[in-house]
Amino acid sequence: MAIESTAGVLIRPRQQGFHPGRARTTLAILGALFVASVALFMTYDLKGSLDYALELRGRKVAGMAMVGFAVAYSSVLFHTATHNRILTPSLMGFDSLYVLIQTLAAYFLGTAEFLQVDVRLRFGFEVLLMLGFAALLYRWLLGRGDRDVYVLVLVGIILGTMFTSLTELVMRMIDPNEFTRLQDRLFANFSTVNQDLLVISAVTIVAVTALSWPILGRLDVVALGREQATNLGVDHERIVTRALFVVAILVSVSTALVGPVAFLGLLVANLSYQLTGTFRHRYTVPVAGLLGMVALIGGQFVLQEFLSFQTRLSIIISFAGGIYFIFLLYREANR
Amino acid sequence: MIEIDRVTKRYGTTTVVDDVSLTIPPGGVTALVGANGAGKSTLLSIIGRTLRPEAGTVRVDGLDVAKTPGATLARRLSILRQENQVAVRITVRELVEFGRFPYSGGRLTREDLDHVDRAIEYLQLEQFANRPLDRLSGGQRQRAFIAMVLCQDTDYMLLDEPLNNLDMRHAAQTMTLIRQMAKDLQKTIVVVIHDINFAAFHADRIVAMKDGRIVADGSPQSIITPGTLKDVFEIDVPVHEVAGRPLAVYFA
Repeated sequence: MAIESTAGVLIRPRQQGFHPGRARTTLAILGALFVASVALFMTYDLKGSLDYALELRGRKVAGMAMVGFAVAYSSVLFHTATHNRILTPSLMGFDSLYVLIQTLAAYFLGTAEFLQVDVRLRFGFEVLLMLGFAALLYRWLLGRGDRDVYVLVLVGIILGTMFTSLTELVMRMIDPNEFTRLQDRLFANFSTVNQDLLVISAVTIVAVTALSWPILGRLDVVALGREQATNLGVDHERIVTRALFVVAILVSVSTALVGPVAFLGLLVANLSYQLTGTFRHRYTVPVAGLLGMVALIGGQFVLQEFLSFQTRLSIIISFAGGIYFIFLLYREANR
Repeated sequence: MIEIDRVTKRYGTTTVVDDVSLTIPPGGVTALVGANGAGKSTLLSIIGRTLRPEAGTVRVDGLDVAKTPGATLARRLSILRQENQVAVRITVRELVEFGRFPYSGGRLTREDLDHVDRAIEYLQLEQFANRPLDRLSGGQRQRAFIAMVLCQDTDYMLLDEPLNNLDMRHAAQTMTLIRQMAKDLQKTIVVVIHDINFAAFHADRIVAMKDGRIVADGSPQSIITPGTLKDVFEIDVPVHEVAGRPLAVYFA
């Protein structure tokens, strides 16, 4: 029981500093919203062959859920690893690099040959390269003390633009017919997600999440800063490197499924911090994950049922996210 | 015992800590003094393993700080740096609780909570316990961080300019508290101090550094003398005895 003392200070017997009440409520509400959005998406206005429709919708929902979760989780980890809340892997060029690697591979191997390679092999190869990028980025930029966030923003924008421009350059060099085929496969939209890819993605996400869950407690300490973490016996470098590897894998998954989703991670991660009112990863990660899934599934539902696909979800997310990004930069500058 | 053996730290071509050896036996307050850029804070960071030296070793109770697992060291040695900015929103109590992380890994036991309560009480932070850190004054925040390292319950505490930005009342309170912790709780405290008079009044031993080297080492009475201060700071400072302690009058 809370007792109001004369000084107006709440005194609770054996109280702890962190009260998870608000974070737990948020988690419960979002959990319910997630279930509701999935149910709605699966069952609304079902026509024709039930089996066929359910399977099709199920695949879409699975794809969107995985993308939403992967983007959210990777963004929260990235924020903690880089000690900032503005940059996301997508804003540092992670997903545009993924697209570039695929395009380069298609160019050098030939599109037909490239598409014949087992999707699992292709995915594994890309993940390896992405891990290399994460390691490089760490050694280069993040490993040496606390860098200015603005330097990181700048480097991120330059890297992202460079990877995108290189991709466009290579695409122009590919035969137009082959290019169309390639684009179809590279930017699978949710309705045509490859079955094999869905399975690999699911396995990867479950495995990576299970492996990284135990470091969430230590990431709370990392969030206090490099020196505090070292003082408290947490190997800052090791935890941050591990977190960035997880980021690289998750970005590979989400980009392989739908291509770059700029700003979604920024939105859901920051909303999660605000809604939970804490930086504890055991709450911010699941809340951000649920937000990501609800945003994609709910958004897609509204879009296809009520706006009859007049616009694309990614455009809306980029629009809202872009404004939010400017707001965050503004707030950071005025702190 | 802290044993520093031939430690050297360079930034590019500048040598900040130059082949320093020093032994700090258990107990008492040792103050590191010296001009800006003398290498005090760097040496402290090396002892606290937040910086790696180019050469030399530091042992704490026989454990090499560069090789011992972080979690083991975190139960023997704590370090508090001068700039304590925390990017996340956190209350005083939450911060102090993190001091128990080396023991409980985030899941606090009853014993941990006892330590937290005691540390908060010791630093008289009860009425601020549930306040976010960013809504405290500089002095209160400083005390919150000291409470955290106190809660860490290590035999050795390294404090880097804990008096920075404190007014005279809070500075005097903090130094008294540091001396009290060394005495009552049998801590070995190494503290970097800018103001030599605080060192003169509160430290058991003063180690003076200049250009990355130790130039004087001894009791306050033997260090706070016009001759030694001239060597260390390159200015003439008259020294008077006040309340049985040497007081350097460096204001003019």
